Amino acid sequence: MDGEALDERGIDRVEPERTRLIYRHTLGTRIWHWVNAVTIFVLLMSGAMIFNAHPRLYWGQYGANFDRAWLEISADDRGGYLKLGDRRFDTDGVLGRWEDKDGSIRNNAFPYWATIPSGYDLAHARRWHLTFALVLAFGLLFFLIASLFNRHIQKDFLLKWREVGPANLWHDVVEHLKLRFDNPDDPGGFNILQKLSYLIVIFVLIPLAIFTGLTMSPGMDAAWPWMLDLFGGRQSARSIHFIVASLILLFILVHLVLVLLAGPLNGVRGMISGWLRVPAGEER
Amino acid sequence: MIVTRRKLIGGIAAASGLLGGCDRLGENPAFPKILFSGEDAHRFLQRSLTDRMALAREYRPDQMSPIFRTNGSTNPGTPEYQAHVDSAFANWRLQVDGLVRHPLALSLAQIRSMPARTQITRHDCVEGWSAIGKWHGVPLKLVLDQAGLRPNARYIVFHCADLIGGAPYYESIDLVDAFHPQTILAWGMNDHLLTVGHGAPLRLRIERQLGYKHAKFVMRVEAVDDLRRIRGGKGGFWEDTTDYEWYAGI
Repeated sequence: MDGEALDERGIDRVEPERTRLIYRHTLGTRIWHWVNAVTIFVLLMSGAMIFNAHPRLYWGQYGANFDRAWLEISADDRGGYLKLGDRRFDTDGVLGRWEDKDGSIRNNAFPYWATIPSGYDLAHARRWHLTFALVLAFGLLFFLIASLFNRHIQKDFLLKWREVGPANLWHDVVEHLKLRFDNPDDPGGFNILQKLSYLIVIFVLIPLAIFTGLTMSPGMDAAWPWMLDLFGGRQSARSIHFIVASLILLFILVHLVLVLLAGPLNGVRGMISGWLRVPAGEER
Repeated sequence: MIVTRRKLIGGIAAASGLLGGCDRLGENPAFPKILFSGEDAHRFLQRSLTDRMALAREYRPDQMSPIFRTNGSTNPGTPEYQAHVDSAFANWRLQVDGLVRHPLALSLAQIRSMPARTQITRHDCVEGWSAIGKWHGVPLKLVLDQAGLRPNARYIVFHCADLIGGAPYYESIDLVDAFHPQTILAWGMNDHLLTVGHGAPLRLRIERQLGYKHAKFVMRVEAVDDLRRIRGGKGGFWEDTTDYEWYAGI
Protein backbone atom coordinates (compact mmCIF):
# COMPACT_ATOMS: atom_id res chain seq x y z
CA MET A 1 0.00 0.00 0.00
CA ASP A 2 3.01 2.26 0.42
CA GLY A 3 3.08 5.20 -1.93
CA GLU A 4 -0.33 4.31 -3.22
CA ALA A 5 -2.45 5.91 -0.57
CA LEU A 6 -3.74 8.71 -2.72
CA ASP A 7 -7.30 9.69 -2.21
CA GLU A 8 -8.83 11.28 -5.28
CA ARG A 9 -10.66 13.83 -3.22
CA GLY A 10 -7.28 15.13 -2.21
CA ILE A 11 -7.48 14.35 1.47
CA ASP A 12 -5.39 12.11 3.62
CA ARG A 13 -2.69 11.95 0.98
CA VAL A 14 0.14 10.79 3.19
CA GLU A 15 -1.71 8.86 5.80
CA PRO A 16 -2.18 5.36 4.47
CA GLU A 17 -3.64 4.17 7.76
CA ARG A 18 -6.66 6.43 7.26
CA THR A 19 -7.93 4.51 4.22
CA ARG A 20 -8.32 0.86 3.40
CA LEU A 21 -9.27 -1.24 0.41
CA ILE A 22 -12.48 -3.22 0.40
CA TYR A 23 -13.65 -5.78 -2.14
CA ARG A 24 -16.76 -3.97 -3.37
CA HIS A 25 -17.67 -5.47 -6.76
CA THR A 26 -17.70 -9.17 -7.66
CA LEU A 27 -16.42 -10.31 -11.05
CA GLY A 28 -19.97 -10.84 -12.31
CA THR A 29 -21.00 -7.32 -11.37
CA ARG A 30 -17.91 -5.84 -13.03
CA ILE A 31 -18.39 -7.76 -16.27
CA TRP A 32 -22.07 -6.83 -16.34
CA HIS A 33 -21.29 -3.18 -15.70
CA TRP A 34 -18.83 -2.83 -18.57
CA VAL A 35 -20.83 -4.95 -21.00
CA ASN A 36 -23.83 -2.76 -20.20
CA ALA A 37 -21.78 0.41 -20.59
CA VAL A 38 -21.15 -0.54 -24.22
CA THR A 39 -24.56 -2.14 -24.82
CA ILE A 40 -26.68 0.73 -23.52
CA PHE A 41 -24.53 3.23 -25.41
CA VAL A 42 -25.17 1.30 -28.65
CA LEU A 43 -28.88 0.85 -27.86
CA LEU A 44 -29.46 4.54 -27.14
CA MET A 45 -27.70 5.68 -30.31
CA SER A 46 -29.14 3.05 -32.66
CA GLY A 47 -32.54 3.66 -31.06
CA ALA A 48 -32.21 7.35 -31.88
CA MET A 49 -31.65 6.40 -35.52
CA ILE A 50 -34.69 4.09 -35.52
CA PHE A 51 -36.73 6.96 -34.07
CA ASN A 52 -35.53 9.13 -36.97
CA ALA A 53 -37.43 6.83 -39.37
CA HIS A 54 -40.73 7.98 -37.83
CA PRO A 55 -40.09 10.80 -35.34
CA ARG A 56 -43.59 10.84 -33.88
CA LEU A 57 -44.98 9.11 -30.78
CA TYR A 58 -48.58 8.09 -30.10
CA TRP A 59 -50.72 6.55 -27.37
CA GLY A 60 -52.88 3.52 -28.08
CA GLN A 61 -52.98 0.53 -30.40
CA TYR A 62 -52.36 2.38 -33.66
CA GLY A 63 -50.67 5.62 -34.70
CA ALA A 64 -49.46 6.93 -38.04
CA ASN A 65 -49.12 10.19 -39.91
CA PHE A 66 -52.81 11.15 -39.84
CA ASP A 67 -53.20 10.36 -36.15
CA ARG A 68 -52.46 12.71 -33.28
CA ALA A 69 -48.89 12.47 -31.97
CA TRP A 70 -48.11 13.52 -28.40
CA LEU A 71 -44.45 14.06 -29.28
CA GLU A 72 -42.93 15.02 -32.59
CA ILE A 73 -39.46 16.10 -33.66
CA SER A 74 -39.48 17.72 -37.06
CA ALA A 75 -38.70 20.90 -38.97
CA ASP A 76 -40.71 23.65 -40.61
CA ASP A 77 -39.85 27.02 -42.20
CA ARG A 78 -38.89 28.31 -38.74
CA GLY A 79 -36.37 25.50 -38.24
CA GLY A 80 -36.06 22.29 -36.25
CA TYR A 81 -38.50 21.79 -33.37
CA LEU A 82 -39.73 19.39 -30.72
CA LYS A 83 -43.46 19.42 -30.17
CA LEU A 84 -45.04 18.15 -26.95
CA GLY A 85 -48.78 18.12 -27.51
CA ASP A 86 -49.41 21.59 -28.94
CA ARG A 87 -46.33 23.21 -27.40
CA ARG A 88 -43.51 23.86 -29.83
CA PHE A 89 -39.93 24.08 -28.59
CA ASP A 90 -37.33 25.52 -30.90
CA THR A 91 -34.48 22.98 -31.21
CA ASP A 92 -32.94 24.20 -34.45
CA GLY A 93 -29.37 22.97 -34.95
CA VAL A 94 -29.75 20.05 -32.52
CA LEU A 95 -33.09 18.29 -33.12
CA GLY A 96 -35.19 18.28 -36.27
CA ARG A 97 -32.77 20.23 -38.43
CA TRP A 98 -29.00 20.22 -38.01
CA GLU A 99 -25.73 20.52 -39.86
CA ASP A 100 -24.08 17.27 -40.98
CA LYS A 101 -20.35 16.45 -40.81
CA ASP A 102 -19.89 17.77 -44.34
CA GLY A 103 -21.76 21.01 -43.61
CA SER A 104 -24.99 20.08 -45.37
CA ILE A 105 -28.30 20.72 -43.64
CA ARG A 106 -30.34 17.64 -42.69
CA ASN A 107 -33.98 17.40 -41.66
CA ASN A 108 -33.92 14.42 -39.31
CA ALA A 109 -34.85 14.19 -35.64
CA PHE A 110 -31.55 13.21 -33.99
CA PRO A 111 -28.23 14.55 -35.35
CA TYR A 112 -25.42 12.39 -36.71
CA TRP A 113 -23.33 12.54 -33.52
CA ALA A 114 -26.17 10.98 -31.52
CA THR A 115 -26.97 8.06 -33.84
CA ILE A 116 -25.58 4.69 -34.98
CA PRO A 117 -24.94 4.63 -37.88
CA SER A 118 -24.22 8.34 -38.19
CA GLY A 119 -25.84 8.62 -41.65
CA TYR A 120 -29.55 7.87 -42.11
CA ASP A 121 -29.81 4.07 -42.20
CA LEU A 122 -32.82 2.38 -40.58
CA ALA A 123 -31.83 -1.13 -41.66
CA HIS A 124 -28.41 -1.12 -39.99
CA ALA A 125 -29.66 0.77 -36.94
CA ARG A 126 -32.13 -2.09 -36.46
CA ARG A 127 -29.32 -4.64 -36.83
CA TRP A 128 -27.31 -2.91 -34.08
CA HIS A 129 -30.34 -2.39 -31.86
CA LEU A 130 -31.88 -5.85 -32.09
CA THR A 131 -28.57 -7.68 -31.60
CA PHE A 132 -27.50 -5.58 -28.61
CA ALA A 133 -31.03 -5.87 -27.19
CA LEU A 134 -30.30 -9.59 -26.74
CA VAL A 135 -27.10 -8.73 -24.86
CA LEU A 136 -29.03 -6.37 -22.59
CA ALA A 137 -31.85 -8.83 -21.89
CA PHE A 138 -29.73 -11.91 -21.28
CA GLY A 139 -27.12 -9.86 -19.42
CA LEU A 140 -29.80 -8.69 -17.01
CA LEU A 141 -31.09 -12.23 -16.62
CA PHE A 142 -27.63 -13.61 -15.79
CA PHE A 143 -26.86 -10.70 -13.45
CA LEU A 144 -30.10 -11.22 -11.54
CA ILE A 145 -29.53 -14.97 -11.21
CA ALA A 146 -25.91 -14.50 -10.12
CA SER A 147 -26.88 -11.71 -7.71
CA LEU A 148 -29.46 -13.90 -6.06
CA PHE A 149 -26.91 -16.70 -5.61
CA ASN A 150 -24.09 -14.51 -4.29
CA ARG A 151 -26.63 -12.59 -2.18
CA HIS A 152 -25.78 -9.23 -3.79
CA ILE A 153 -29.50 -8.43 -4.05
CA GLN A 154 -30.29 -9.52 -0.50
CA LYS A 155 -27.27 -7.73 1.01
CA ASP A 156 -27.07 -4.53 -1.01
CA PHE A 157 -30.40 -3.87 -2.70
CA LEU A 158 -33.14 -4.82 -0.26
CA LEU A 159 -34.58 -1.67 1.29
CA LYS A 160 -34.70 -1.48 5.05
CA TRP A 161 -37.52 0.37 6.75
CA ARG A 162 -35.26 2.84 8.51
CA GLU A 163 -33.61 3.75 5.18
CA VAL A 164 -36.73 4.96 3.43
CA GLY A 165 -37.97 7.22 6.20
CA PRO A 166 -38.15 10.89 5.21
CA ALA A 167 -35.51 11.83 7.78
CA ASN A 168 -32.96 9.45 6.32
CA LEU A 169 -33.83 10.45 2.73
CA TRP A 170 -33.44 14.12 3.58
CA HIS A 171 -30.20 13.42 5.43
CA ASP A 172 -28.83 11.67 2.33
CA VAL A 173 -29.91 14.52 0.04
CA VAL A 174 -28.01 16.96 2.28
CA GLU A 175 -24.99 14.65 2.34
CA HIS A 176 -25.04 14.52 -1.48
CA LEU A 177 -25.21 18.32 -1.66
CA LYS A 178 -22.16 18.43 0.61
CA LEU A 179 -20.55 15.93 -1.83
CA ARG A 180 -20.23 13.33 0.93
CA PHE A 181 -21.22 9.99 -0.54
CA ASP A 182 -19.79 7.41 1.86
CA ASN A 183 -21.58 6.26 4.94
CA PRO A 184 -18.81 6.18 7.59
CA ASP A 185 -20.57 3.30 9.35
CA ASP A 186 -20.82 1.19 6.20
CA PRO A 187 -18.40 2.52 3.58
CA GLY A 188 -18.91 -0.48 1.29
CA GLY A 189 -22.69 -0.17 1.22
CA PHE A 190 -24.89 1.93 -1.03
CA ASN A 191 -26.37 5.13 0.33
CA ILE A 192 -30.14 5.30 0.05
CA LEU A 193 -30.34 7.57 -3.02
CA GLN A 194 -27.80 5.36 -4.75
CA LYS A 195 -29.69 2.24 -3.74
CA LEU A 196 -33.01 3.66 -4.95
CA SER A 197 -31.61 4.75 -8.30
CA TYR A 198 -29.97 1.34 -8.88
CA LEU A 199 -33.19 -0.39 -7.85
CA ILE A 200 -35.19 1.72 -10.31
CA VAL A 201 -32.75 1.15 -13.18
CA ILE A 202 -32.26 -2.60 -12.61
CA PHE A 203 -35.75 -3.63 -11.57
CA VAL A 204 -37.93 -1.07 -13.37
CA LEU A 205 -36.32 0.77 -16.26
CA ILE A 206 -34.28 -1.98 -17.95
CA PRO A 207 -37.10 -4.58 -17.66
CA LEU A 208 -39.56 -1.99 -18.99
CA ALA A 209 -37.23 -1.23 -21.90
CA ILE A 210 -37.00 -4.95 -22.69
CA PHE A 211 -40.72 -5.65 -22.51
CA THR A 212 -41.86 -2.51 -24.34
CA GLY A 213 -39.27 -3.39 -26.97
CA LEU A 214 -40.74 -6.89 -27.29
CA THR A 215 -44.22 -5.36 -27.61
CA MET A 216 -43.09 -3.60 -30.78
CA SER A 217 -42.37 -7.00 -32.35
CA PRO A 218 -45.42 -8.24 -34.29
CA GLY A 219 -44.24 -11.82 -33.79
CA MET A 220 -44.00 -11.45 -30.01
CA ASP A 221 -47.37 -9.66 -29.85
CA ALA A 222 -48.97 -12.74 -31.38
CA ALA A 223 -47.13 -15.02 -28.96
CA TRP A 224 -47.63 -12.90 -25.83
CA PRO A 225 -50.70 -10.69 -26.46
CA TRP A 226 -50.88 -9.83 -22.74
CA MET A 227 -48.05 -7.38 -23.38
CA LEU A 228 -50.40 -5.33 -25.57
CA ASP A 229 -52.89 -5.19 -22.71
CA LEU A 230 -50.21 -4.41 -20.13
CA PHE A 231 -48.85 -1.40 -22.03
CA GLY A 232 -52.08 -0.30 -23.71
CA GLY A 233 -51.11 -1.09 -27.29
CA ARG A 234 -48.10 -1.19 -29.55
CA GLN A 235 -47.85 2.57 -29.99
CA SER A 236 -48.12 3.14 -26.24
CA ALA A 237 -45.34 0.59 -25.76
CA ARG A 238 -43.24 2.51 -28.29
CA SER A 239 -43.86 5.75 -26.37
CA ILE A 240 -42.98 4.13 -23.02
CA HIS A 241 -39.85 2.64 -24.63
CA PHE A 242 -38.74 6.14 -25.64
CA ILE A 243 -39.50 7.64 -22.21
CA VAL A 244 -37.65 4.81 -20.46
CA ALA A 245 -34.65 5.30 -22.77
CA SER A 246 -34.64 9.00 -21.86
CA LEU A 247 -34.69 8.14 -18.14
CA ILE A 248 -31.83 5.66 -18.57
CA LEU A 249 -29.87 8.40 -20.35
CA LEU A 250 -30.62 10.73 -17.43
CA PHE A 251 -29.41 8.05 -14.99
CA ILE A 252 -26.16 7.65 -16.95
CA LEU A 253 -25.52 11.40 -16.92
CA VAL A 254 -26.14 11.67 -13.15
CA HIS A 255 -24.10 8.50 -12.57
CA LEU A 256 -21.13 9.93 -14.49
CA VAL A 257 -21.32 13.27 -12.67
CA LEU A 258 -21.40 11.50 -9.29
CA VAL A 259 -18.48 9.25 -10.24
CA LEU A 260 -16.52 12.37 -11.12
CA LEU A 261 -17.46 14.06 -7.85
CA ALA A 262 -16.84 10.98 -5.69
CA GLY A 263 -13.38 10.31 -7.11
CA PRO A 264 -13.24 8.98 -10.66
CA LEU A 265 -9.93 7.09 -10.38
CA ASN A 266 -11.01 5.20 -7.30
CA GLY A 267 -14.44 4.53 -8.78
CA VAL A 268 -13.23 3.33 -12.18
CA ARG A 269 -10.46 1.28 -10.60
CA GLY A 270 -13.01 -0.24 -8.23
CA MET A 271 -15.23 -1.25 -11.13
CA ILE A 272 -12.23 -2.79 -12.97
CA SER A 273 -10.41 -4.60 -10.14
CA GLY A 274 -13.26 -4.90 -7.66
CA TRP A 275 -11.27 -3.17 -4.90
CA LEU A 276 -12.46 0.20 -3.68
CA ARG A 277 -10.54 2.53 -1.36
CA VAL A 278 -12.69 3.80 1.48
CA PRO A 279 -12.03 5.80 4.64
CA ALA A 280 -10.62 3.46 7.23
CA GLY A 281 -13.17 4.33 9.88
CA GLU A 282 -12.99 2.61 13.21
CA GLU A 283 -11.74 -0.91 13.43
CA ARG A 284 -14.52 -3.20 14.35
CA MET B 1 -1.64 4.73 -9.73
CA ILE B 2 0.12 5.19 -13.05
CA VAL B 3 -1.43 2.02 -14.36
CA THR B 4 -4.84 3.14 -13.17
CA ARG B 5 -4.50 6.54 -14.74
CA ARG B 6 -3.42 4.92 -17.98
CA LYS B 7 -6.40 2.60 -17.80
CA LEU B 8 -8.69 5.54 -17.26
CA ILE B 9 -7.26 7.58 -20.11
CA GLY B 10 -7.42 4.51 -22.30
CA GLY B 11 -11.02 4.04 -21.33
CA ILE B 12 -11.96 7.61 -22.18
CA ALA B 13 -10.13 7.39 -25.50
CA ALA B 14 -11.88 4.12 -26.31
CA ALA B 15 -15.27 5.58 -25.41
CA SER B 16 -14.84 8.64 -27.61
CA GLY B 17 -13.33 6.54 -30.38
CA LEU B 18 -16.40 4.35 -30.26
CA LEU B 19 -18.52 7.23 -31.54
CA GLY B 20 -16.93 7.14 -34.96
CA GLY B 21 -15.85 3.55 -34.53
CA CYS B 22 -19.31 2.06 -34.87
CA ASP B 23 -19.56 3.27 -38.45
CA ARG B 24 -16.17 1.77 -39.24
CA LEU B 25 -17.03 -1.48 -37.46
CA GLY B 26 -20.20 -1.70 -39.52
CA GLU B 27 -18.16 -1.41 -42.70
CA ASN B 28 -15.71 -4.13 -41.67
CA PRO B 29 -16.73 -7.30 -43.54
CA ALA B 30 -16.47 -9.62 -40.52
CA PHE B 31 -18.50 -7.47 -38.16
CA PRO B 32 -21.90 -7.54 -39.95
CA LYS B 33 -21.83 -11.33 -39.62
CA ILE B 34 -21.85 -10.98 -35.82
CA LEU B 35 -24.29 -8.09 -35.94
CA PHE B 36 -26.61 -9.86 -38.38
CA SER B 37 -26.63 -13.05 -36.30
CA GLY B 38 -29.12 -11.24 -34.04
CA GLU B 39 -31.85 -11.87 -36.65
CA ASP B 40 -31.29 -15.64 -36.51
CA ALA B 41 -31.16 -15.56 -32.72
CA HIS B 42 -34.48 -13.69 -32.50
CA ARG B 43 -36.13 -16.04 -35.01
CA PHE B 44 -34.77 -19.09 -33.19
CA LEU B 45 -35.95 -17.79 -29.81
CA GLN B 46 -39.39 -16.80 -31.07
CA ARG B 47 -39.92 -20.04 -32.93
CA SER B 48 -38.64 -22.30 -30.15
CA LEU B 49 -40.05 -20.53 -27.08
CA THR B 50 -43.46 -19.47 -28.34
CA ASP B 51 -46.42 -21.05 -30.13
CA ARG B 52 -45.69 -21.16 -33.86
CA MET B 53 -49.39 -21.07 -34.65
CA ALA B 54 -50.20 -18.18 -32.30
CA LEU B 55 -52.62 -15.72 -33.88
CA ALA B 56 -51.93 -12.03 -34.20
CA ARG B 57 -54.42 -9.93 -32.25
CA GLU B 58 -57.64 -9.17 -34.10
CA TYR B 59 -59.35 -5.89 -33.25
CA ARG B 60 -62.92 -4.64 -33.06
CA PRO B 61 -64.27 -2.43 -35.87
CA ASP B 62 -64.28 0.60 -33.52
CA GLN B 63 -60.51 0.17 -32.98
CA MET B 64 -59.65 0.66 -36.66
CA SER B 65 -57.50 3.57 -37.84
CA PRO B 66 -59.67 6.41 -39.19
CA ILE B 67 -57.24 6.77 -42.09
CA PHE B 68 -55.03 3.88 -43.20
CA ARG B 69 -52.12 5.55 -44.95
CA THR B 70 -50.50 4.04 -48.03
CA ASN B 71 -46.76 3.64 -48.32
CA GLY B 72 -44.06 1.98 -50.38
CA SER B 73 -45.10 1.74 -54.04
CA THR B 74 -48.54 3.28 -54.40
CA ASN B 75 -48.83 2.54 -58.11
CA PRO B 76 -46.58 0.28 -60.20
CA GLY B 77 -47.18 2.67 -63.10
CA THR B 78 -46.05 0.26 -65.80
CA PRO B 79 -48.07 0.02 -69.07
CA GLU B 80 -48.85 -3.63 -68.32
CA TYR B 81 -50.19 -2.83 -64.89
CA GLN B 82 -52.15 0.17 -66.16
CA ALA B 83 -53.78 -2.08 -68.78
CA HIS B 84 -54.91 -4.40 -65.96
CA VAL B 85 -56.33 -1.44 -64.02
CA ASP B 86 -58.17 -0.21 -67.13
CA SER B 87 -59.77 -3.62 -67.65
CA ALA B 88 -60.55 -4.05 -63.92
CA PHE B 89 -58.04 -6.94 -63.82
CA ALA B 90 -60.27 -9.03 -66.15
CA ASN B 91 -57.26 -10.52 -67.95
CA TRP B 92 -55.03 -10.66 -64.88
CA ARG B 93 -54.03 -14.12 -63.63
CA LEU B 94 -52.21 -15.14 -60.49
CA GLN B 95 -49.48 -17.56 -61.48
CA VAL B 96 -48.79 -20.27 -58.89
CA ASP B 97 -45.75 -22.28 -59.91
CA GLY B 98 -42.30 -23.48 -58.95
CA LEU B 99 -42.11 -26.61 -56.81
CA VAL B 100 -45.80 -27.48 -57.12
CA ARG B 101 -47.53 -30.48 -58.69
CA HIS B 102 -50.24 -28.47 -60.42
CA PRO B 103 -49.19 -24.98 -61.56
CA LEU B 104 -52.19 -22.63 -61.46
CA ALA B 105 -53.31 -19.50 -63.26
CA LEU B 106 -56.15 -18.09 -61.17
CA SER B 107 -58.41 -15.24 -62.25
CA LEU B 108 -59.49 -12.65 -59.72
CA ALA B 109 -63.05 -14.01 -59.95
CA GLN B 110 -61.78 -17.49 -59.11
CA ILE B 111 -59.79 -16.18 -56.15
CA ARG B 112 -62.77 -14.22 -54.82
CA SER B 113 -64.97 -17.29 -55.10
CA MET B 114 -62.65 -19.25 -52.83
CA PRO B 115 -63.42 -19.34 -49.07
CA ALA B 116 -62.42 -15.97 -47.64
CA ARG B 117 -61.16 -14.92 -44.25
CA THR B 118 -61.88 -11.46 -42.81
CA GLN B 119 -59.55 -10.11 -40.15
CA ILE B 120 -59.08 -6.72 -38.47
CA THR B 121 -55.38 -6.58 -37.75
CA ARG B 122 -52.59 -4.12 -37.04
CA HIS B 123 -50.11 -3.27 -39.76
CA ASP B 124 -46.71 -2.45 -38.25
CA CYS B 125 -44.31 -0.57 -40.49
CA VAL B 126 -40.58 -1.10 -39.96
CA GLU B 127 -40.39 2.69 -39.51
CA GLY B 128 -42.43 2.49 -36.34
CA TRP B 129 -46.01 3.51 -37.17
CA SER B 130 -49.04 1.21 -36.96
CA ALA B 131 -52.44 1.26 -38.64
CA ILE B 132 -55.39 -1.04 -38.00
CA GLY B 133 -57.45 -2.16 -40.98
CA LYS B 134 -59.86 -4.86 -42.08
CA TRP B 135 -58.67 -7.36 -44.66
CA HIS B 136 -60.60 -9.87 -46.76
CA GLY B 137 -58.85 -12.61 -48.68
CA VAL B 138 -58.22 -16.24 -49.39
CA PRO B 139 -55.96 -18.10 -46.96
CA LEU B 140 -52.69 -18.78 -48.75
CA LYS B 141 -52.89 -22.35 -47.47
CA LEU B 142 -55.93 -23.03 -49.70
CA VAL B 143 -54.07 -21.82 -52.80
CA LEU B 144 -50.97 -23.82 -51.92
CA ASP B 145 -53.02 -26.95 -51.18
CA GLN B 146 -54.74 -26.61 -54.56
CA ALA B 147 -51.38 -26.36 -56.31
CA GLY B 148 -49.86 -29.15 -54.19
CA LEU B 149 -46.42 -28.32 -52.82
CA ARG B 150 -43.65 -30.73 -53.66
CA PRO B 151 -41.82 -32.14 -50.62
CA ASN B 152 -38.67 -30.13 -51.31
CA ALA B 153 -40.51 -26.76 -51.29
CA ARG B 154 -39.30 -24.69 -48.32
CA TYR B 155 -40.16 -21.08 -49.14
CA ILE B 156 -42.94 -19.21 -50.91
CA VAL B 157 -41.83 -16.27 -53.06
CA PHE B 158 -44.21 -13.44 -54.04
CA HIS B 159 -43.37 -11.63 -57.28
CA CYS B 160 -44.93 -8.21 -57.59
CA ALA B 161 -45.87 -5.80 -60.40
CA ASP B 162 -44.12 -2.79 -58.89
CA LEU B 163 -40.54 -1.77 -59.55
CA ILE B 164 -38.41 0.29 -57.20
CA GLY B 165 -35.50 1.97 -58.94
CA GLY B 166 -36.06 -0.41 -61.85
CA ALA B 167 -35.85 -3.56 -59.70
CA PRO B 168 -38.98 -5.69 -59.28
CA TYR B 169 -40.37 -5.91 -55.76
CA TYR B 170 -40.57 -9.37 -54.30
CA GLU B 171 -40.81 -10.99 -50.89
CA SER B 172 -40.63 -14.48 -49.42
CA ILE B 173 -41.75 -16.38 -46.33
CA ASP B 174 -41.17 -19.86 -44.97
CA LEU B 175 -43.79 -22.56 -44.67
CA VAL B 176 -44.53 -21.90 -40.98
CA ASP B 177 -45.91 -18.51 -41.93
CA ALA B 178 -47.25 -19.60 -45.35
CA PHE B 179 -49.62 -22.10 -43.71
CA HIS B 180 -50.53 -19.83 -40.77
CA PRO B 181 -54.32 -19.30 -40.68
CA GLN B 182 -54.02 -15.50 -40.81
CA THR B 183 -51.72 -15.49 -43.84
CA ILE B 184 -54.06 -14.48 -46.65
CA LEU B 185 -53.93 -13.14 -50.17
CA ALA B 186 -56.13 -10.11 -49.61
CA TRP B 187 -58.35 -8.79 -52.39
CA GLY B 188 -60.43 -6.51 -50.15
CA MET B 189 -59.76 -3.92 -47.48
CA ASN B 190 -62.11 -2.07 -45.13
CA ASP B 191 -65.18 -3.59 -46.87
CA HIS B 192 -64.10 -2.48 -50.37
CA LEU B 193 -62.08 -4.03 -53.13
CA LEU B 194 -58.39 -3.38 -52.67
CA THR B 195 -57.37 -0.01 -54.14
CA VAL B 196 -54.31 0.51 -56.30
CA GLY B 197 -52.64 2.42 -53.46
CA HIS B 198 -52.97 -0.56 -51.14
CA GLY B 199 -51.82 -3.15 -53.69
CA ALA B 200 -54.65 -4.14 -56.07
CA PRO B 201 -55.53 -6.69 -57.11
CA LEU B 202 -53.87 -8.87 -54.46
CA ARG B 203 -51.77 -8.17 -51.42
CA LEU B 204 -50.12 -10.62 -49.04
CA ARG B 205 -51.10 -10.27 -45.37
CA ILE B 206 -48.61 -11.96 -43.05
CA GLU B 207 -49.81 -10.63 -39.73
CA ARG B 208 -46.88 -11.59 -37.50
CA GLN B 209 -44.30 -9.72 -39.55
CA LEU B 210 -43.52 -6.10 -40.44
CA GLY B 211 -45.11 -4.19 -43.30
CA TYR B 212 -42.45 -4.67 -45.96
CA LYS B 213 -43.18 -8.42 -45.97
CA HIS B 214 -46.80 -7.70 -47.01
CA ALA B 215 -46.10 -7.74 -50.75
CA LYS B 216 -48.49 -5.60 -52.83
CA PHE B 217 -49.54 -6.08 -56.48
CA VAL B 218 -48.82 -9.83 -56.26
CA MET B 219 -48.55 -11.37 -59.75
CA ARG B 220 -46.94 -14.71 -59.10
CA VAL B 221 -46.53 -17.12 -56.19
CA GLU B 222 -43.54 -19.40 -56.57
CA ALA B 223 -42.55 -22.30 -54.33
CA VAL B 224 -38.77 -22.76 -54.06
CA ASP B 225 -36.28 -24.81 -52.07
CA ASP B 226 -33.61 -22.12 -51.74
CA LEU B 227 -33.84 -18.33 -51.71
CA ARG B 228 -30.24 -17.81 -52.77
CA ARG B 229 -31.14 -18.36 -56.41
CA ILE B 230 -33.85 -15.67 -56.43
CA ARG B 231 -32.66 -12.20 -57.50
CA GLY B 232 -30.26 -10.76 -54.91
CA GLY B 233 -30.46 -13.96 -52.89
CA LYS B 234 -31.63 -12.56 -49.57
CA GLY B 235 -35.31 -13.28 -50.03
CA GLY B 236 -36.76 -9.84 -50.71
CA PHE B 237 -36.30 -6.48 -52.36
CA TRP B 238 -35.41 -4.57 -49.17
CA GLU B 239 -33.39 -7.50 -47.84
CA ASP B 240 -31.31 -7.38 -51.03
CA THR B 241 -30.94 -3.62 -51.28
CA THR B 242 -30.74 -2.27 -47.71
CA ASP B 243 -30.17 -5.26 -45.39
CA TYR B 244 -33.60 -5.31 -43.76
CA GLU B 245 -34.12 -8.57 -41.86
CA TRP B 246 -35.61 -11.42 -43.87
CA TYR B 247 -37.37 -12.56 -40.69
CA ALA B 248 -39.45 -9.51 -39.90
CA GLY B 249 -41.27 -10.85 -36.85
CA ILE B 250 -39.03 -8.56 -34.76
